[in-house]
Amino acid sequence: MYDFTPMIDSITGYLNGVFTPFWAGLISMVMLGVVLLTVYAVLGLYLVFAERKICARMQNRLGPNRVGPFGLFQTIADLIKLLLKELIFIKNADNFLFNIAPFIVIIASIMAIGSIPFAKGLQAIDLNIGVLYILAISSMGVIGILIAGWASNSKYSVIGAMRSGAQVISYELSVGLALLCIIVYAGSMQFSEIIASQEDGWWIFKGHIPAFIAFVIYLIAGTAETNRGPFDLAEAESELTAGFHTEYSGIKFAFFFLAEYMNMFVIAAIATTLFLGGWLPFHLFQWAGFNHVMDYIPPVFWFFAKTAFVIYLMMWFKWTFPRLRIDQLLALEWKYLLPINLINLILISFLTLMQWHF
Amino acid sequence: MESYALLTFFLTAVVLVGGAIIFSHFVAPHIPGIVKSEPYECGIPTEGPTWIQFHVGYYLFAIIYLIFDVETVFIYPWAVVMREIGLTAFFEILIFFTVLGLGLLYAWKKKALIWE
Repeated sequence: MYDFTPMIDSITGYLNGVFTPFWAGLISMVMLGVVLLTVYAVLGLYLVFAERKICARMQNRLGPNRVGPFGLFQTIADLIKLLLKELIFIKNADNFLFNIAPFIVIIASIMAIGSIPFAKGLQAIDLNIGVLYILAISSMGVIGILIAGWASNSKYSVIGAMRSGAQVISYELSVGLALLCIIVYAGSMQFSEIIASQEDGWWIFKGHIPAFIAFVIYLIAGTAETNRGPFDLAEAESELTAGFHTEYSGIKFAFFFLAEYMNMFVIAAIATTLFLGGWLPFHLFQWAGFNHVMDYIPPVFWFFAKTAFVIYLMMWFKWTFPRLRIDQLLALEWKYLLPINLINLILISFLTLMQWHF
Repeated sequence: MESYALLTFFLTAVVLVGGAIIFSHFVAPHIPGIVKSEPYECGIPTEGPTWIQFHVGYYLFAIIYLIFDVETVFIYPWAVVMREIGLTAFFEILIFFTVLGLGLLYAWKKKALIWE
């Protein structure tokens, strides 16, 4: 198994040996920031590209294929174009709130991505309340969305923001309860410990059917939380033009777009970590030969492969299901997902009590 | 170290957004116009104030959410120690969920979950 802890330790040790503690801390902070920014930007750009390619394939088109090989540089070209576009100021808008909204949305998604374990030791911060932290931080994004809609002084934006608020807070419950199922199984909220508890099998396999139900509920609620897919009422383009970010232009619009994709990545990464074993390789019972071959594939690759699988599922939902109405959306959460989730949690605690999971 | 990492995340986000917006101010054109700064409403002149009192349905759902979310927060510490405590914890959560389910049934019967 590849372990990144010695690498991180040797870098910190070198910095502490050469500089005073203050400068060593500052340099490691800057390094962490640069790495985080690079990962964030690259992931964001290529998720947008992947979405455009996949959606094109599902609609029997080719998608972007002009800029670079297979259109790989299309999103970079788009970013440069958006940087060069005018930032329009809206008459009578609340300028302070209008400008602060993209900050809140991006801060929420970057702080959430920082605590995701990419591989053993390759995690910026391993909090003992990791799951709770990610839930708390990623739900801050909705404040940015509400502020953006409210400050824009446009009716489309206000309606979009209100819908988004009602939707995100409703589905937040299901996300929390679905994750609680795995916390009961693992007995910890720390990501490293949850992954360590899956060494002999991922929770989705060894947690029986309740774990699978929790996974499905988490996927539905997670898709709704990112305002995507069949739940994109907040920006339903056929009725609200663009919802809460109608009035945003240029690079500010790009940040809302980027944050949406990164939130999707965070949702997929949490699903990977809690249900699909994080960066652990796929093992088949006691079949030593197969397991050894799987161990040779690096953990970072496993993590991204599983995350990509979940992201692909979410894109598949978006481009094949019709959009729900707001009453259907709220009924789905409060009349189906929430009661099922409560019963599921009782079932899981019963299974844990009886030690019936593998 | 952990609090420094959190501070780094925060500063990274601020630098990313702030830097890009400031950069955009320098390179992007800036040509204000009366029509351009109007709120976009598909070309029709905007009418009436935007900041009005909104549909009460959202308020109802926010209240129900608040109740359930606070109760979810109570479940977190329970979930971590469930395995150690065992049978007592299981019966306690049964009682807790009964009360919670009654609350949901009450809201359901009162038609608070129907969108009008």
